[in-house]
Amino acid sequence: MITAILFYIFAAILLVSAAMVVSARNPVHSVLFLILAFFNAAALFLIAGAEFLAMILVIVYVGAVAVLFLFVVMMLDVDFAELRGGFQRYLPVGATVGVVLFVELAAVLGGWKLAPGAVQLRMSPMPSGLSNTEALGRVLYTDYVFLFQTAGLILLVAMIGAIVLTLRDRKTSRHQNIQRQLDRKVTETLQMMSLSLGAGTTASGGYLHPKEPEAEPVEEHADAGGHGHGH
Amino acid sequence: MMDVGLGHYLVVSAILLVLGIFGIFLNRKNVIVILMAIELILLAVNLNFVAFSAAHADLAGQVMAMLVLTVAAAEAAIGLAIVVIYFRNRGSIQVEDVNLMKG
Repeated sequence: MITAILFYIFAAILLVSAAMVVSARNPVHSVLFLILAFFNAAALFLIAGAEFLAMILVIVYVGAVAVLFLFVVMMLDVDFAELRGGFQRYLPVGATVGVVLFVELAAVLGGWKLAPGAVQLRMSPMPSGLSNTEALGRVLYTDYVFLFQTAGLILLVAMIGAIVLTLRDRKTSRHQNIQRQLDRKVTETLQMMSLSLGAGTTASGGYLHPKEPEAEPVEEHADAGGHGHGH
Repeated sequence: MMDVGLGHYLVVSAILLVLGIFGIFLNRKNVIVILMAIELILLAVNLNFVAFSAAHADLAGQVMAMLVLTVAAAEAAIGLAIVVIYFRNRGSIQVEDVNLMKG
């Protein structure tokens, strides 16, 4: 009884906050109502007995996705009032589509019933005496390991995609130029100076670092002792 | 097995789905709210999966719900990355201008 009352409370808050998400004037309020909706959906999951998914929903959705939304909404300097234009214009068609869809779903729900032998066809029946997390772990890494790895691959693709899309080269950033690094000559980096005794580099004209690359070619005797050259 | 009937969950999930689709129509110009509406739709899908999983005492539904969760997170990340790069290029996130980007 108390569970049913809690279910109705959470479901009502979920639906009201979902309605506020799509109709709020300020997108920041939309994100905050989205977080509220996720929390209430997690509560509904808990009532259904899916404790692990409820916690995952709070962690992944509230902790990552909603914060990402909040971040983007606050980072972009967008005139959201301008984006509200056409709200009244799209209202009738949106309401029509929504009502039609809901009537269709209601028709499906009204005439729906379970096949007699459906309960015997369960893919992975819930084991008794195990917590939800343990039971889920037992099937996730054995029966559904392919699905699990697919999920990992999807996340990898999303990560690489997001990085590739948003990474940009700044003019001020300093990168490693491997081509230039490999083409470097000895004369560009190493300079032999003969210093007189007791005097620093200042006495012999000073030393400028980094040394400007010289235009003249490398002298042949620079690597004396090596094998013969081509000419 | 369940304190609340399956039908109640299905009705809540159906209303949530309709709200999400209504949101897509209502906020035609604002990509960010459209992405949030898509999140609501995927949440409705998850609610259906979990409700059926609990009603049939079958764990497969919860595993599928986890996959949907993964896809939703990936979709949000990619979608927001596209929004950010689009805003960087054009200075607005008007959905109507997106067709100017066609090569």
